[in-house]
Amino acid sequence: MATALAATNHVAMADLKGKVDPDWCPGCGDFGVLAAVQKALVELQIPNYNVVTISGIGCSSNFPGFINTYGMHTLHGRALAVATGVKLANHDLTVLVTGGDGDGFGIGGNHFVHSMRRNVDLLYIVMDNQIYGLTTGQTSPTSRVGMKTKSMPFGNIEAPVNPISLALAAGATFVARGFSAEQKHLTELIKQGIQHQGFSFLDVFSPCVTYNHDNTYQWFRPRVKKLEDDPAHDPADWMAAMGKALLWDEEIPIGKFFERTDLPTLHGAEPVLNAGPLVHADSQIPADVSRAFVEELM
Amino acid sequence: MKQSFAIGIGGAAGQGVATPGDIFAKIFSRRGLHLNAYNAYQSIIRGGHTFLTIRTGPEKVTNMGDRLDLLIPLNQDAMDRHLRLLAAGAACIYNSDTIKPGVAAKGAELCPLPVSKLADITRNKVAQNTLAVGAGLSMMGIGFQALEQVLGEQFKKKGDAMVSENIAIARAGYDYAAANFRPFARPLPMTANRYAVLSGNTAMAMGGAAAGVKFYCAYPMSPSTGVLHWMAAHARKAGIMVRQVEDEIGVVNMTIGAAHAGGRCMCATSGGGFALMSEGLGLSAMMETPIVVIDCQRAGPSTGVPTKTEQGDLWQMLGAAFGDYPRAIAAPLDVGDCFKIIPEIFNIADRFQCPGIVLCDLLLAEGRFSVDPKDVDFAAVVDGGELITTAASRPNGDSVYKRYKITQSGISPRAIPGVAGYTHTAASDEHDEDGVLISDEFTNPTKRRAMMEKRMRKVTGIAAAAPPPVLWGPRDADVILIGWGSTKGVIEETCEILTEEGISASQLQIRWLVPLHGDAILDILKDARHTMIVENNYSGQFARYLRSETSFVPDGYIRKYDGEPFMPHHIVEAVKEQLSGKSRLSVPAHEILV
Repeated sequence: MATALAATNHVAMADLKGKVDPDWCPGCGDFGVLAAVQKALVELQIPNYNVVTISGIGCSSNFPGFINTYGMHTLHGRALAVATGVKLANHDLTVLVTGGDGDGFGIGGNHFVHSMRRNVDLLYIVMDNQIYGLTTGQTSPTSRVGMKTKSMPFGNIEAPVNPISLALAAGATFVARGFSAEQKHLTELIKQGIQHQGFSFLDVFSPCVTYNHDNTYQWFRPRVKKLEDDPAHDPADWMAAMGKALLWDEEIPIGKFFERTDLPTLHGAEPVLNAGPLVHADSQIPADVSRAFVEELM
Repeated sequence: MKQSFAIGIGGAAGQGVATPGDIFAKIFSRRGLHLNAYNAYQSIIRGGHTFLTIRTGPEKVTNMGDRLDLLIPLNQDAMDRHLRLLAAGAACIYNSDTIKPGVAAKGAELCPLPVSKLADITRNKVAQNTLAVGAGLSMMGIGFQALEQVLGEQFKKKGDAMVSENIAIARAGYDYAAANFRPFARPLPMTANRYAVLSGNTAMAMGGAAAGVKFYCAYPMSPSTGVLHWMAAHARKAGIMVRQVEDEIGVVNMTIGAAHAGGRCMCATSGGGFALMSEGLGLSAMMETPIVVIDCQRAGPSTGVPTKTEQGDLWQMLGAAFGDYPRAIAAPLDVGDCFKIIPEIFNIADRFQCPGIVLCDLLLAEGRFSVDPKDVDFAAVVDGGELITTAASRPNGDSVYKRYKITQSGISPRAIPGVAGYTHTAASDEHDEDGVLISDEFTNPTKRRAMMEKRMRKVTGIAAAAPPPVLWGPRDADVILIGWGSTKGVIEETCEILTEEGISASQLQIRWLVPLHGDAILDILKDARHTMIVENNYSGQFARYLRSETSFVPDGYIRKYDGEPFMPHHIVEAVKEQLSGKSRLSVPAHEILV
């Protein structure tokens, strides 16, 4: 049904414009991510009513309000848990999860790891600005050692998390990194992430122009190098992806680090869903089945 | 007094207390007898001490009762702890090779079984258990055939040799008792009825299946894990997606996600897990996504006593998550109610798009009870509320779909994702009718007030949807005992005993905690001569709640917070003590030490 409608109703950028305009600071990297997601959905011609955009809390988590799809703006750190429920209840939906580094790697770290090992079929986009923005500038799990913030005014003494190597270790089946200022490249990664069957993790450098004066557009631009430009890079090679994930400072790879397509998705592995999405299932259990449930207790 | 018979089986965890218990339970229920089984145990997999009480009788058996008729100690420890509980007419069957008897009360019979002479204990390590079961049934006047059949089923998977070996051992115990021990004065009767035997956890899981639950997830936590076990074992037949999740925060949020996508979703936990879920309860309320959460209470605070019962989570449920929001909280009264309450609370949660909480406890969740199979009726009425599942015409002729449309009832039609023309965002932030956030830069006191009032108007509808409590017994009784949830059975028997002893007693048992129906309660109690609130906690959580909602103050309180449930005589003695003016607060001591 969804496919038939999609064929007759062309999906345009205007269909994806949210009810309100983003209230992000002028120059925020998140604008670029929003535009890239909208472009990807248009290019893939996915009708907006078949997409659920789910977020936690933070600047970037305001994302679902700025795009016209079904949206859920949930609790801080809980977007992936909510999204897993949505996907398992109706696996015909395209599930996008959007949020920030504090939301995903800090308070939501547990769900992040477990969602990846489960291979839930969704695209998780982290707008990684290495800072807490909405709480006005505190250290985040990806802030560099030495970075001074309001919560660590004498400099961060904790090693940052490496989202790419963490995702690879946790079993994500699609692992990529984008840069908000590289629109075409980012759009392509989003399209691939949506099309990938399984957990797609996309870490996006999305500079905070208000609170992070270390990791700016100017800082990223000369450093980012596209993996797609490296003919030797093989996204099927997990060990090589791990090696690339550890590169930082002078050269920071962006692009698709890793993808494997041979593992079942969570919903694909559960025979209960063979008959179709749960939301369409009959609420009543057949009488002979329920009778057997009672008889086994007698 | 009703006829009943109680067996206590004690031993170390891992010694096989459960199997004789299961065998007795099967035989009693097939004889058309009711039963109530309560296992007092410790958070230990091997060792320690567990004590299983099985009480049976031709009429409804609502609690563990006051006395033991048969004690089967499987080790010395069990003999030493419990022999003193036996009164005249009772008996103790024990392995005389390994256990030294204590001094039994006058008229209580000691029945030593020479286990090594009756069975080859080198081959069968639990021979003493099987011998004792055979001996016990012989003394109860139950034909051997019943036991033969159950043993056949019990050991079927282990092969014919195992079946015949166990039958032979049981037969030896049966015949030895017939020749050497005095039978019980009243042989166990038989009725034409047939009962199912199940725990509250199984009943709640089945109630979920009957309510049309399609998604269930949980993190294991005693005493709620039985719900997960039933769901997992029956998931494929019932068409339910069952997941074990990383923590209870994940559980509640996954449940909300699945519920938001459409279909009924449920989860269960105990107090500690519920504490982790509480932020999610607020999310369910704010996004107006209905879910049902079961809390099987155990003794707290913190890890507390994981294997002991308590009614100590009431205020946690009342205060779960910050802010004001509509919710429904129900405490099932018995095992049949554990089944029935799930479809009922789902209908309320769905209609009013709010969280529903089932407040059970270990006593009901893990206890095992006989139920008339007719009371486990899967043809439940399912009212999913105002749900938009197809791209049909817009409700109320609106040109634009407003997910949180302000209505008189406070209920706004809910579209599920996947339906063309109804895209919207559901937010944990305060939002306007369209779902657009008003929490940050758009904050608008007028809109905030309107949305708060819209949601809270649902409270009126919820109050009308749940029935008020009724009084069992006369309004002018000498005493009205007020309880809530699982104490229904023990208070019921207490009232019978008191009435037989010349003190007329009535019972007011609360099932719906939210809505409370305070006016109905005040009306019932307005002419009461003496009122006492009975509950399994230290501070009188229900008494404090009732007072806060109605200003009602009872004449006295009966409380227990030692981890064990009330026995009828605890309440009977407390009532007498308080009616004589000796005290206003009674805290009975538990005699069975585990």
